[in-house]
Amino acid sequence: MKSYVWSVVIALGIVLAGLTAGHAAERSSAAISVQQFKFAPSVLTVRVGTTVTWTNHDEETHTVTSATGAFASAGLGHEEGFSETFTSPGRYEYFCALHPHMKATVIVR
Amino acid sequence: MDSIDRRGFLECMAWAGTGLLWAASGGVLSSRIVSPAAAAETKAESFRFAQISDTHIGFKGQANGDPTATLQQVVERINALQPAPAFVLHTGDQTHGQKAGAFDTVAEILKGLKTERVFYLPGEHDVFLDGGKEYLERYGKGTVGGRGWQSFDYKGTHFVGLVNVLKYKGEGVGALGEDQIEWLGKDLASLSSSTPVVVFAHVPLWAVYPQWGWTTEDAARGLEHLKRFGSVTVLNGHIHQVMQKVEGTVAFHTAMSTAFPQPAPGSAPAPGPMKIPEAEARRMIGSTDVTYVPGQHPLAIVDTRLG
Repeated sequence: MKSYVWSVVIALGIVLAGLTAGHAAERSSAAISVQQFKFAPSVLTVRVGTTVTWTNHDEETHTVTSATGAFASAGLGHEEGFSETFTSPGRYEYFCALHPHMKATVIVR
Repeated sequence: MDSIDRRGFLECMAWAGTGLLWAASGGVLSSRIVSPAAAAETKAESFRFAQISDTHIGFKGQANGDPTATLQQVVERINALQPAPAFVLHTGDQTHGQKAGAFDTVAEILKGLKTERVFYLPGEHDVFLDGGKEYLERYGKGTVGGRGWQSFDYKGTHFVGLVNVLKYKGEGVGALGEDQIEWLGKDLASLSSSTPVVVFAHVPLWAVYPQWGWTTEDAARGLEHLKRFGSVTVLNGHIHQVMQKVEGTVAFHTAMSTAFPQPAPGSAPAPGPMKIPEAEARRMIGSTDVTYVPGQHPLAIVDTRLG
């Protein structure tokens, strides 16, 4: 009986540890979708160290191009992605080099 | 042009005698060759050329799984034209997002064209990755300062090719830039106003739909130099559909893509390849064929669909 209780406690501990780790991993990555010629969300706020991944759901090619040259993807085809890890705080404006009316911002705190 | 008046109709009917028949369809004039025999009657000074646009080699989507195959079909259609076109204009977006090897594929397929020469202009898909480096290495030779702009004369008609995708930033519209506008003024300065002028560029030189970036922000300043000419034809691509507009002596015309159609302005939430079956898309892609006959204005523009 005693060993059964302990094993439950240990199992719970493992589950909790797993959940905490999962939560931490969630905070250090974020996703932006590119769909119907829009970046969504158009403004994304993340913590320093976060890796942001853009995925293009359009059949048209798009890019993720920083307005200041801080980062730039190649042309992203259908369902292709691009990731950038933000290591310093700031406001990062970007656009699609093929359709420059597509503009959005990542804010890093 | 919203309607066709009697005078306009008579003007258009004049083409019947030179092998072309104009027809009003949906308020826009289009024309077709009556018969090859009639077409052969065109005078020695008259000539024809073809326009292909937006070949987007490297694209794969619902509307077209193989744009190389449709381009090949368009080449065969152009090769079947009698008389053969003197030259062919490619008005940009040869590649889909500068896909590796795409320029080579286009060059290889267009080698099969039975024509004297192919003139090129870049689309934004051809230059966005490297600011035009690869494109200009291939096609900059013989252009003004190696920057891609060009002009040439053919049987009394003056042709001007403009680049409006290298300043493709900011608000998402094409731009010619100061240098090119200044050059255009000088290039046209020595011509008499009766010289027919054909201008070709990738992004429309008129405001088709600025919300989707379908306009050239400084086109009006460039067109200022063309005002005094009696016959100006502006040929563009970019929007993957036929649209026509006449403003004074300037006739604007956009060509279909050889790869995939895009929605009519404002008819969809966004521009881009239409998600329609290939068979349906075939009816919305193709090429353009232009005939010039001395003394006749404007030039006769014929759009041929693949399906």
